[in-house]
Amino acid sequence: MKTMLAAFAFTIAVSFGAYFVLSEMGFSSAEVQSAPSVRLD
Amino acid sequence: MNLKMIGACLIALLTFAVTPAYSEDEGQRASTGGAQTLDDILARQKGLEVDESFRRENLGSFDNAQPASSSLGTLGGFSSSDIYRGIRYSESDIKVSNNGHAAEILVQDGGMSWLLTREGNMRAYAAYGIGGIIIALCAFYFTRGRMTIEGGPSGQTIERFKSFERFGHWCLAGSFIMLACTGLLLLFGRSVIIPIFGHEANSAIATFSIWVHNNIAWVFMASLVAIFVMWVAHNIPSKLDLVWFAKGGGIVGHGHPSAKKFNGGQKLIFWMTIVLGASVSMSGLSLLFPFEMPMFAKTFAMINTVLPAMGLPTELLPHEEMQLAHLWHAIVAITMIIAIIAHIYIGSVGMEGAFDAMGDGQVDLEWARQHHDLWVEEEQAKGAPIRQVGDVR
Ligand code: HEM
Repeated sequence: MKTMLAAFAFTIAVSFGAYFVLSEMGFSSAEVQSAPSVRLD
Repeated sequence: MNLKMIGACLIALLTFAVTPAYSEDEGQRASTGGAQTLDDILARQKGLEVDESFRRENLGSFDNAQPASSSLGTLGGFSSSDIYRGIRYSESDIKVSNNGHAAEILVQDGGMSWLLTREGNMRAYAAYGIGGIIIALCAFYFTRGRMTIEGGPSGQTIERFKSFERFGHWCLAGSFIMLACTGLLLLFGRSVIIPIFGHEANSAIATFSIWVHNNIAWVFMASLVAIFVMWVAHNIPSKLDLVWFAKGGGIVGHGHPSAKKFNGGQKLIFWMTIVLGASVSMSGLSLLFPFEMPMFAKTFAMINTVLPAMGLPTELLPHEEMQLAHLWHAIVAITMIIAIIAHIYIGSVGMEGAFDAMGDGQVDLEWARQHHDLWVEEEQAKGAPIRQVGDVR
């Protein structure tokens, strides 16, 4: 059971990690789809 | 009776029957000056396939330009209708200030069939399929009951899965279940959540769902690869599996057909997970990075070389690629969800002693002998330790 809970915790951690890594890499649709003339934030 | 008359009538009928359809079309087309005919309109209204080439290719040309002095001279050979048709069929060279992929496609009509499929068949099949398997499993449980260990547990255990195997399984399972739930929330948002809880609630639920869905997918893909590497060697199909299936796996029939580490049914679940999991991942990536990974035109071309009769379209607009990826993603996912519900049933409430294999990794020796006799023999030959229940590990 400990392994199962560890796997679930790991899954949640990787999801947040993926979110931050992808945002840092500028993969958001807004960034990919807009021209330089568009102010995003 | 006048045979000649009958013969003449038959010949006349045949002549009408074999008159090539195109000549009629061409005639009608000429009567509308090359524009569409009543037949085209009626066919379109019935949802039939209409050859649009007479419009798609009728885009005007410099060669047709009227002299500047004539009334239409300033159009330079391209009437407004010509220009609209060019936009309508994405044949014009459009310049836009937006740099987004496919932004230069201004009109694309595949969205309607995409929407109708999602709102119609897709939701209906998902609801029937998922509802059906749950009802079937409940019926099985209440008529046949839980599959028990014959003669009861032995009190001795053997290790079935190492902790890294269980870790991989639970990463796959945890991520899959979250993907399935959030995916279904997105699919049924409009038809179920909005009517019951309203738009505000659906907006919040959908925003949460897509965030979870997009980010947890990485764990699913990585653990799918891990599961494949760890277990493929035990899942190569063999003759033993046919015997296993012939005996109904001991679930439908009686007795316990022989099996190694994984039996025929489990191999089926394994390969279903790997093949459909890979397909759902590919279409998912294609959706995650819009327009960057089109794959349907290429796939269709490959299918056409093997099965030319399919005649699948090999030129697809970027939006059509996305629409197909979206539909395919849902079809594969729903199929997987239905199969995995049955897997979860048998791995938990459906079979006494099964969950332990993925719980702490130790299964009852008697359970193992009944379901995986040849595996137990192999493990014992390798000197795998047998433990007493209650031992401190
Ligand atoms: C709560 C959910 C789940 C439970 C309780 C569960 C339980 C189990 C158990 C007990 C086994 C080992 C069977 C044995 O000892 O031979 C197993 C194996 C396996 N599980 Fe799961 N599982 C769950 C979810 C999933 C999901 C979501 C997937 C894939 C998307 C998955 C894929 C597999 C595969 C491929 C195997 C190996 C083949 C097989 O035994 O059928 N499991 N699972």
